[in-house]
Amino acid sequence: MKKTGKQTDNTRQRNSINLKRRDFFKLLGGGIILYYSTWDPSELMALPLAQRREVPTDYNAFILIREDGTVNNYTGKIEMGQGVITSLAQQMADEMDVTYESINMIMGDTALCPWDAGTWGSLTTRQFSHYMRAAAAEARAVLLEMGSEYLELPVSDLEVKQGVIYAISNPKKQVSYGELARGKRLERYMDVKPDPKDYTEFHYVGQSMLRSDSLEKVIGKAKYTGDYRLPGMLYARILRPPSHGAKLVSVDYSEAEKMEGVRVVRDDDLVAVLHELPDMAAAALVKVRAEYTFDEKDVNHKTIFKYLLEAPSSSREVARSGDLAEGEQMADTVIESEFYDGYVAHAPIEPHTALAKVESDSVTVWASTQSPFGTQDTIAALLDLDLEQVRVIAPFVGGGFGGKAPHQQAVEAARISKIAGKPIMVVWTREEEFFYDTYRPAAVVQVRSGVTKSGKITMWDFKQYFAGNRGSDTIYAVPHNLTTGYSEKQGGPQVHPFATGAWRAPGNNTNTFARESQIDMMAVEAGTDPLQFRLDNLEDQQMIGVLKAVAEKFGYTPAAGPSGRGIGIACGIDAGTYVAHMARVKVNEETGEVQVIRVASAQDMGMCVNPQGTILQMEGCITMGLGYALSEDIEFDGGRIHTGNFDSYQIPLFSWVPEKIETVILDRQHMPPQGGGEPPIICMGGVIANAIFDATGARLYQMPMIPERVLEAIRKARA
Amino acid sequence: MEELIRFKLNGKETAITIDPTLTLLWVLRDQLGLTGTKFGCGIGFCGACTIILDDEAVRSCMLPVSEVSGRKVMTIEGLAVNGNPHPIQKAFMEHDALQCGYCTPGMIMTAYSLLLKNPEPTRQEVIEGMEENLCRCGAHIRIIKAVQSAAREMKGGK
Repeated sequence: MKKTGKQTDNTRQRNSINLKRRDFFKLLGGGIILYYSTWDPSELMALPLAQRREVPTDYNAFILIREDGTVNNYTGKIEMGQGVITSLAQQMADEMDVTYESINMIMGDTALCPWDAGTWGSLTTRQFSHYMRAAAAEARAVLLEMGSEYLELPVSDLEVKQGVIYAISNPKKQVSYGELARGKRLERYMDVKPDPKDYTEFHYVGQSMLRSDSLEKVIGKAKYTGDYRLPGMLYARILRPPSHGAKLVSVDYSEAEKMEGVRVVRDDDLVAVLHELPDMAAAALVKVRAEYTFDEKDVNHKTIFKYLLEAPSSSREVARSGDLAEGEQMADTVIESEFYDGYVAHAPIEPHTALAKVESDSVTVWASTQSPFGTQDTIAALLDLDLEQVRVIAPFVGGGFGGKAPHQQAVEAARISKIAGKPIMVVWTREEEFFYDTYRPAAVVQVRSGVTKSGKITMWDFKQYFAGNRGSDTIYAVPHNLTTGYSEKQGGPQVHPFATGAWRAPGNNTNTFARESQIDMMAVEAGTDPLQFRLDNLEDQQMIGVLKAVAEKFGYTPAAGPSGRGIGIACGIDAGTYVAHMARVKVNEETGEVQVIRVASAQDMGMCVNPQGTILQMEGCITMGLGYALSEDIEFDGGRIHTGNFDSYQIPLFSWVPEKIETVILDRQHMPPQGGGEPPIICMGGVIANAIFDATGARLYQMPMIPERVLEAIRKARA
Repeated sequence: MEELIRFKLNGKETAITIDPTLTLLWVLRDQLGLTGTKFGCGIGFCGACTIILDDEAVRSCMLPVSEVSGRKVMTIEGLAVNGNPHPIQKAFMEHDALQCGYCTPGMIMTAYSLLLKNPEPTRQEVIEGMEENLCRCGAHIRIIKAVQSAAREMKGGK
């Protein structure tokens, strides 16, 4: 047992901006509050400047033990389906030695929860929970000390089980955490040294747990932002430009204002019609007449790739070793390819929604956002308020995938509420959702690689244009390689005709598609089975491990491609996690339609907190990935978005789902946990492209692999 | 202009004086306090707003409230039996057939109507029955299993 490091340093409390403004007992009632810090100052310095200034460096997080024995775990993370509401509770329960059922999760409320940049990057487990677990371990030690005082026994004679402290020498002498909290309003400050439990001591961590939020969700009681109601609340529908780059010149809303119950507010370019009924607000918006000037880029979804290659960019060397010319000389064959990937939307089923209540000296905003604290920063700056005056609450979020990191809708609701003096609900229509989405950027990848007759990769020159560098570095052991990323020039003109942003495993879907396709082409050139070819060119044991695991699960038998079987392989690394997929497809050579029949996936993510939750994410990634691979593409012309709803933007359907999705999680409980929410999506483009090749001998260079592209590739292959 | 509309909502006689052209979805959510039915696309394509109208799964975002006059409406809030989750709801929980949960009420209502018509659907029939409901998190394979297992559970009446 570990000696407690409890401390009650009140100078640090006084220095705290966060704590000064908070009377937690007023907000929370009685109990024992154990404060801790979720940030190491050295890590703060690594943050982008804009975020750094807001990060509290003191005790900004806490755990509350109530007298009913519940342990209340506060986190700035939000729940958007990824399941951390369950996995964080499992970890907290284990570190504190309480039952899983006694953990309450309080998430995404800026007034109560520790600062957090946002829920993205598959960081909740690998980063936040690191501090949370350490704090929970420390909290257990503090409670043990309190138990020692209460029972008048030395800590060395005490043990904890299910939230009850008892004497080892006489188990009848006991006191529960709840009893220690009874009638108390006690605050303790903990200096936490990371000393969480060893994986072998876990009870809940590593065990499969069903989602803890499913009952509320299946009975329709789970509250999302749009489900909140405030007295006097009005719905706002906002005037939108017809295209990106259009500028409002004049607006006439006199007809709208004549409608009963309608109010129109304007703040510069922001024109909104308000009504207590959303249908009436929508009807009024139709009557608003507006004129625009247009300044659109001359580009569409077909010309975008040429446009990107010609766009001004700055280049960055991501990785280099050896000498490309030397590698080329060693090669028997050099393959040069260019891969294309269009814009893809996040398309969560819950559109961006916000409810804002702006009062004279405070603002409360409920928002479907992946970043409640980022939203707080933006709104405070915009309305010229102190951070303490702005409270942002992210209830259940109906899907994010990176698209709800931006929070334009919350800013709109706050601006309108300030003018209107009423609580304002903004629910983006699906068309607004598609228009303002920060798409996964369209991108081009050029690869030039050399391979010997015996199947050794000697040279690898990988250039990605505007995809992002994540996942671009080669995972293979190539003696002569260079990876270069081309991106928008800092301070230069915006290249994309509209906003782009992080989309589940940003950059990595495009880069892995290109890399794994190119690898397959070299395997074909060498006449080697594509699995063996990969194993022959890998040194990384974790990658080898997941490839072998997936092959075993799939029951793979080697064959050089194209074998006619329609089996594809792809692998990669994302968020610290290694993944490998095998898939089998059927290609209808008459129509070009591709049906994915089977997918197996193996993942090495270090410690796995909740295998069940991990499998859900793996299946979710595989299913969602069918979309970017096979159908999803934003069609546009200049700044006009043609794919404005689900009738024109096709996301995966039930009939697309493979009959069999099999998953393997490698047993690596002794290793630190890595990301779980994104990695398995990165292989979907590559694995399907390679499976189509294996079925037909046709190579696809562009995503999505829509029927007409598949037919075209088959025609070329047969020519 | 406003009209008095009477209908049965989750088993209870309901009367509301309202503009009959308003959509059922928003009347349910704003006037009747039932926010379990969700807005997703507004054109009947995603299925998040699915409710049961006289045993048929219907998209409430496209339906003027006047259409329900004299008819029976059931929403996700009306599915539980004596306060206990319905077998379909239980099956969704047991199979973890959801992630963000936003499409879930619509999925469950569609499944309910499917099982009314076809109490013993094959996997293919479940897929066809659920096809027009969208889920972005990718819970499809579990939803299929949940609907099949609910069907087994519901055999011989619910």
